[in-house]
Amino acid sequence: MRIGYYPGCSLLGSSREFDESVRAVCETIGLELVEVPDWNCCGASSAHVLDHELSVALPAKILAQAEAAGLTEVLAPCAACYSRLIGAYSELEKNPDHRAKVSEIIEMPYTGAVKVVNVLEVLERFADVIQAKAVQPFARKVACYYGCLLVRPPKVVNFDRPEDPQVMDQLAAKVGATPIDWPFKTECCGAAFSVTRTDLVAKLCGKIVDSAVKLQAEALVVACPMCHSNLDMRRPETNAALGKDLQIPVLFLTQVIGLAMGIEPKKLGIQRHMVPVAFNAPTGAQA
Amino acid sequence: MSRIGVFTCHCGENIAGTVDCPKVAELSRQIPGVVHSVDYKYMCSDPGQTLIKEAIKEHKLDGVVVAACSPRMHEPTFRKAAAEAGVNPYLCEMANLREHCSWVHEKNEATTQKAADLVRVMVEKVKHDTPLTPIKVPVTKTALVVGGGIAGIQTALDIANAGHQVVLVEKSPSIGGHMSQLSETFPTLDCSQCILTPRMVEAAQHPNIKLMTYSEVEKVDGFIGNFKVTVRKKAKKVDEKACTGCGLCVTKCPNKKIPDEFNEGLAFRPAIYVPFPQAVPNKPTIDTANCTYFKNGKCGVCSKVCPTGAIRYEQEDELITMDIGAIVMATGFKLMKTDKFPEYGYGKYKDVIDGMQFERLASASGPTAGVIKRPSDGKEPETVVFIACSGSRDRAKGVPYCSKICCMYTAKHTMLYKHKVHHGQAYVFYMDIRSAGKDYDEFVRRAIEEDEAKYIRGRVSRIYEEDGKLIVKGADTLMNGEPVEIKADMVVLATAVQSQDCSEDLAQTLHISYDKYGFFAEAHPKLRPVETNTAGIFLAGACQAPRDIPETVAQGSAAGAKVAALFSQDELTREPIVAVVNRQAPPLFSTCTGCFLCQTACPYQAIEQEEIKDRSGRVIKTVAKVNPGLCQGCGTCVAFCRTKAIDLAGFSNEQLFAELMTL
Repeated sequence: MRIGYYPGCSLLGSSREFDESVRAVCETIGLELVEVPDWNCCGASSAHVLDHELSVALPAKILAQAEAAGLTEVLAPCAACYSRLIGAYSELEKNPDHRAKVSEIIEMPYTGAVKVVNVLEVLERFADVIQAKAVQPFARKVACYYGCLLVRPPKVVNFDRPEDPQVMDQLAAKVGATPIDWPFKTECCGAAFSVTRTDLVAKLCGKIVDSAVKLQAEALVVACPMCHSNLDMRRPETNAALGKDLQIPVLFLTQVIGLAMGIEPKKLGIQRHMVPVAFNAPTGAQA
Repeated sequence: MSRIGVFTCHCGENIAGTVDCPKVAELSRQIPGVVHSVDYKYMCSDPGQTLIKEAIKEHKLDGVVVAACSPRMHEPTFRKAAAEAGVNPYLCEMANLREHCSWVHEKNEATTQKAADLVRVMVEKVKHDTPLTPIKVPVTKTALVVGGGIAGIQTALDIANAGHQVVLVEKSPSIGGHMSQLSETFPTLDCSQCILTPRMVEAAQHPNIKLMTYSEVEKVDGFIGNFKVTVRKKAKKVDEKACTGCGLCVTKCPNKKIPDEFNEGLAFRPAIYVPFPQAVPNKPTIDTANCTYFKNGKCGVCSKVCPTGAIRYEQEDELITMDIGAIVMATGFKLMKTDKFPEYGYGKYKDVIDGMQFERLASASGPTAGVIKRPSDGKEPETVVFIACSGSRDRAKGVPYCSKICCMYTAKHTMLYKHKVHHGQAYVFYMDIRSAGKDYDEFVRRAIEEDEAKYIRGRVSRIYEEDGKLIVKGADTLMNGEPVEIKADMVVLATAVQSQDCSEDLAQTLHISYDKYGFFAEAHPKLRPVETNTAGIFLAGACQAPRDIPETVAQGSAAGAKVAALFSQDELTREPIVAVVNRQAPPLFSTCTGCFLCQTACPYQAIEQEEIKDRSGRVIKTVAKVNPGLCQGCGTCVAFCRTKAIDLAGFSNEQLFAELMTL
């Protein structure tokens, strides 16, 4: 099986381990990732505040490139990229008249033939394979954190329950983890305010991390580079805001699955996190 | 040759302002078959009508065209005038010069020409009109009321007091409905049961009311005045005549852990039970799904202890068929459950309850005897958060409509709470306060000003449990969207009012329309609010839309009055504008080929199958037959008929073609 792959900028930079772990897991489960040729920026958090047309045209260009390469689906692991791509796709589905205009801007035909999927959606299809290959169960209590973009806006993404999503919990359970029942699954992490208002991000992340620890989670599991960097990289600020020293690690779901499948931790980029992944309890996969 | 009279009306300036009425009269005179044509300022006035009547006699007219306003306005007036002068009323037609011409066009020659054309069209119709006589159908003077809540009880009492027979069918073991579950009622805070139970008893003891509890409508056939209704009387497994209602069986039943529906799951009941102490009838019912005897044949304690031997394990459901003249639907509503709200813990937090559960907690007959205790640990809650519009006015996740009763009952809840827990604090998250109604807004102000409920305008985004408290996170939109976090002991969701689960099936059984939310549809939202589109079937209460008690009672009485009016006559007179399947001489008998496409198309189930037999009783042909009691004259079957075997009396194909051909 093959699927289009759009890494986006985060996966080449601050979240290289997400890229590494997605590739490693997909290889193990037998899913071939075909990188979209000559891909460009998705517009991220800037394009849509500047120019609406541009914010649709940039993702449309990526999808048109995928279409030209004969792909029918594109996996965008970064939740922000996913949001931009599926947002553009959805808008052009709703208003087919805009397609001609967009095609003109990007100087390529866009027909809406390529669908956009997130990493949870793709892994869900391989749930049984993942379960079968999980040779070293990740037997730990985990707090699955979805953030805002994977399940919202519900009418656009049409994926899982927006207020209380389940897919990541189910996947984590498939590899032996025990997902905790907690209320902060989709709470705001502060997102792009990481740079401009670190104090706010520290406060918001503080609530998330603190609640996960209170409910005895041993790891936070995420599927978004932005969430990851806020919860992981901003931990010193978060701890300062809380007045605590919380060392709960933050893993990408693909890292959790990879570890359970017995993939070498280094290949999954475990060593790249700011909060070291070193569990006290002797059970589970070794990091 | 016809002798038709044309009477053109000026309608003051309404028609004459843009149409040259004398010219229309003059042009009409030239139409073949027209022997008399005049114009007059107000044709509907008494002198105008006299003018028509006298002309009919003087010119021996056999058809009349009144060129005036819409037939919806004055057709009955002019038909009556024509009939008084000896012309069959269905030979009097109206050309609509006002709504179809003068009101919508400029004053010019073309407008006058159009008016003349409209007259010509109607003259052609009259030429092809046949005299019709109104249809008479007999009336069975027994009403069926479906649903034994306050709506059904009120309707049944009003019909019964008018001297007619009523069958009141209720699906649960007792009448009383939701109102019997309420603690106190807004805006007067009078005890719900105290005002309801006398009515329940009155209904049960009324000589004209036959009560059928634990029963459901299974099948409805027939038409207005002549319904045939089959009701399933579910087996209570108790002989109601032998049972004295002593309650020994209820006390002795060993299986006492069944969630109590009447207490909204906040208490338990045994497998043989009476829903509540004031139940009518006050005789127990065995819940066979939960009874040990019905599960494995063991136990039988109730039978052993019953002093009168009234337990009947072998009792079966009974199907009872009745002749009914009119039906009133009063099936009520249900509340959306708390498990519909993932952000509020989708039902997993015991102390997040719905409005009806709070009613039970506040009710003297409830599981806590009226002391406010939270369900999880029985502690008295010191902070209670009420969330209005839970599911209502929520296009994304709930229903788009306003549930109407929640603003008022939430205000009432804050009061009841404060009156019982003096040091307690109630918070209400709301979108708008909708308290239109007599003494309603004053009531809400009282909750805020005297009973110190804190109203916060904003939505709650999440509720979660932390250290034994429910953390309620919301926003105060009157304070610039400031986030609000309240540590509550209990949360009450004013969940949306929805139609009953069975409402769509029931509507299909009765052939009445319903909206996309399952509420039954009224015939006209303003002018026919308690009638359905199916003649003889009426509506009362919350089965039509969310309603509070005063409105429900008013509607129940309105529906009762409609039924009483229907029953005031021995025969019903109906417009003869109905479809007719043609009959031909043998060997054809009818051009109907029996495809019965019309039967599928008919929205009123008015088409039956009829067998044409020879003298020896052999079936020659099966053809369609229109039941004139049910037919509403919509003409759908006429359009569907492939062999042109069906025609609409008064609007035949021949007439319509003649009208078109004259243009």
